Amino acid sequence: MRYIPNTGSDREEMLAAIGRSSIEELFSDIPEPVLKRFRLLGLPPRSEIEVASEIGELASANEGAGLIPFLGGGVYDHYVPSIVAHILSRPEFYTAYTPYQPEVSQGTLTAMFEFQTLVCELYGMEVANASMYDGATALAEAALMAERINRRGRIAVARTIFPHYRRVLETYCWPAGISLVDLPYSRTGRFDPADVPDRISALIVQTPNALGVIEDLAGMKERIGDALLVVSAYPPPFGLIEPPGRFGADVVVGEGQPLGLPLGFGGPLLGLFATRKDYLRQMPGRIAGRTVDADGNVGYVMAAQTREQHIRRARATSNICTNSALCALAAAVYLASLGSSGLRRLAGLNLEKAHYLAAGISELDGYELAFTGPFFNEFVVRTPEEPDSVRERLRRAGFLVSPADHLEPLGVERGIRIAVTEKRTRDELDRFVAALKGEG
Amino acid sequence: MRTIFEEPQGRSEGILPSLDVPEEGASRLLGEGLLRSVPARIPELSEPTLARHYARLARANYGVDDGMYPLGSCTMKYNPKIDEDLARLPGFTGLHPLADPELAQGALRLIYELSRLLAGIAGLPAVSLQPAAGAHGELTGMFIIKRHFEERGEGERRRILLPDSAHGTNPASAATAGFSVTEIPSDGEGMVDLAALKDALDHTVAGIMLTVPNTLGIFEERIIEITELVHRSGGLCYFDGANLNAFIGRARPGDMGADLFHFNLHKTLATPHGGGGPGSGPIAVSSGLADYLPVPRIALEDGLYTLDWDFPRSIGSMHSFYGNFLVAVKAYAYLLQLGDEGLREVSGNAVLNANYLQERLKGTFMLPYDRLCKHEFVLSGKGIADGITTLDIAKRLIDYGFHPPTVYFPLIVREAMMIEPTETEGKETLDRFIEAMEKIAAEAKEDPQLLHEAPHGGPVRRLDQTRAARDPVLTFPFSD
Repeated sequence: MRYIPNTGSDREEMLAAIGRSSIEELFSDIPEPVLKRFRLLGLPPRSEIEVASEIGELASANEGAGLIPFLGGGVYDHYVPSIVAHILSRPEFYTAYTPYQPEVSQGTLTAMFEFQTLVCELYGMEVANASMYDGATALAEAALMAERINRRGRIAVARTIFPHYRRVLETYCWPAGISLVDLPYSRTGRFDPADVPDRISALIVQTPNALGVIEDLAGMKERIGDALLVVSAYPPPFGLIEPPGRFGADVVVGEGQPLGLPLGFGGPLLGLFATRKDYLRQMPGRIAGRTVDADGNVGYVMAAQTREQHIRRARATSNICTNSALCALAAAVYLASLGSSGLRRLAGLNLEKAHYLAAGISELDGYELAFTGPFFNEFVVRTPEEPDSVRERLRRAGFLVSPADHLEPLGVERGIRIAVTEKRTRDELDRFVAALKGEG
Repeated sequence: MRTIFEEPQGRSEGILPSLDVPEEGASRLLGEGLLRSVPARIPELSEPTLARHYARLARANYGVDDGMYPLGSCTMKYNPKIDEDLARLPGFTGLHPLADPELAQGALRLIYELSRLLAGIAGLPAVSLQPAAGAHGELTGMFIIKRHFEERGEGERRRILLPDSAHGTNPASAATAGFSVTEIPSDGEGMVDLAALKDALDHTVAGIMLTVPNTLGIFEERIIEITELVHRSGGLCYFDGANLNAFIGRARPGDMGADLFHFNLHKTLATPHGGGGPGSGPIAVSSGLADYLPVPRIALEDGLYTLDWDFPRSIGSMHSFYGNFLVAVKAYAYLLQLGDEGLREVSGNAVLNANYLQERLKGTFMLPYDRLCKHEFVLSGKGIADGITTLDIAKRLIDYGFHPPTVYFPLIVREAMMIEPTETEGKETLDRFIEAMEKIAAEAKEDPQLLHEAPHGGPVRRLDQTRAARDPVLTFPFSD
């Protein structure tokens, strides 16, 4: 087999060296009944050419990949500069593992350190880890961290967080004995801070939220006292808008896919996790830190490891080991290729194009923006007819919008959610409006 | 190492198009109050600077393509290039997870078919690809066990048993699910002490987490007795699949008594480790536990693949969407290429390589458990020479062009070196590794300083871990 370098004569020499007569003999420690019960998969080996063709057919069978996604929900169709994939293709990066031996892992560790700094800059925070699995699990880990700190068994959650994040949050909170209290939202599409209860370990909000609306974070931290303010935040807007750290957020988490990762049917993703220095010892996940080598030159190592499972075991702050390191590298390359001013321009393009489309749709009979609060690049419109028939019409014109079951849990009836990125051209936006009208 | 914050600043324009709709202006659209007052300090690098920066970082890294990477329990095998290409097909990368299932039939079929193959490998009927890594699979499994006993009114089952040789993720996963952990000692042969296990079992035990073969590389010969004992006391058996490479294509966890089992696609099925991730940790469970698996699950109805949410007993969701799909593409491609025959060769060669190394090295280094091993084995650096530690040996291996093994784990062996060669190293490389280890053993006696100061070449010398812990610098210290 081509991935196994040993030849038949190598195997014979090695068997002789260990005093065994066959490979089968090396498995004599597996109990006989177990070996007897074994069943083959019935899978013949295939050549590279056959596998490429078979999997190529599966890729072609995804019609959705050929349509124009106005889909969001945490994963967005942003442009990824070519250089990102080229750097990620370096085997020194992608065939390495967790940098347990820092002297041969300076590439990974330096990139982790850069990534942590970039996440902190973007979110206005003090310390970030080297990644979590995705935005949903990063949020769940933030809830567990808040509970470790405050131990009140109760967390308030704005109803405007993504329903699929809410589901993961609930899955993690149930075994930990944390109850979740939902907070309603108003006509603006913003949750109502007047409803925040007392005696909570944390308040969880999302901005821009699942309705696309940018939440008003001002004064929120003051309201909740020592409960942790946990903000789940889509990163690109912060090239332009004030980051959660400026409003006193204690933990900011988010989905890093918009920073240089493909849609990829939703995985791998990149969980972002940032907090304040005070909470460093309670943080989950790996963290790179700066140090010096024996000659006094700057180098990087894994820091604050006493929080982690391989040291602390049952008392670790999280069970996470393998994370999304290569995706974090992608995000670092992506952000450095845009820079601060590029990121501001990117945010501007998203904002302007989304508002152009929203204005075009609002002029149509029976269509209106569902909420009055400010939005970035995603918004909900009320439709004059059943959303499914509107979606079907859009699909025939080659456009995809969020499924209704992503809005129903939020209490939105007769609505569709539309996300617009810098990749959408004016022509596509005009054709989208025409399709709603039933033209084109 | 220089960071992007220290590279010369350039210009990034040319990536983004100019605005093609009438400009309204951010302050009009959002109001002044929302606008960012202090810009993020994100460096702006010209593309040549960026390319060279990361090429320099890449050269300061060591991957499987650079040489042998015998990191025990991590299965650092070669990652086939075709799998990378297939995961980059636009039909996969350009597919949004919220696209209607009718428009994602190829992807859903791939998930469905891979799950079926994984079920066959595990010998357990139901599989979810949602877990994004091994530890995430463990957590999914612990949540399932918790839910199962709560539902049966056996909430008093709050303990998880763990051998003292377990990976750190095991106790951490159990604790995250609200279980307490009871450690079971190993016996003189490096296997679970049956008497201690019997003593620990009672109506408060929810289950046991086992790694098979264990982290000493030893197959639990009494695995059937162990799982039967746990089952008889009403508990469940969770198997950590980190070491599946030892018996894939020859034996199945389900046949050993496992009720739950997680895969590490980034280990056994040759998907790359990415410098720490992304991985993928699919979980397989027995039919009695299938209803607890995360939703959505992929169903096949009248030739159409759909998302099935209708499992009221499910633990919920473990991931935003369907897990690390592009990793699943690579694993599926790998399985198709190998077939049954290839999988059998994988474990055969992995175990042969490990036994060969063990046999050839045991005269030089102490081998605490001298017996047939599976895909890995554990040596001790103790007693090689006065004042020499396993860390010194590991760092000196770097000078010889090898990645060091896993060190100081498992915890039950002092000065442990856990060595896993994998099947993708050939005899010639193994012989070079043996030679390097023998030379290092000789150097330890003749010139210990050479080891204490290793590594000697490379981008950095030995790094000061204590300083990083004492005085943490975790973000770039901007001077402005």
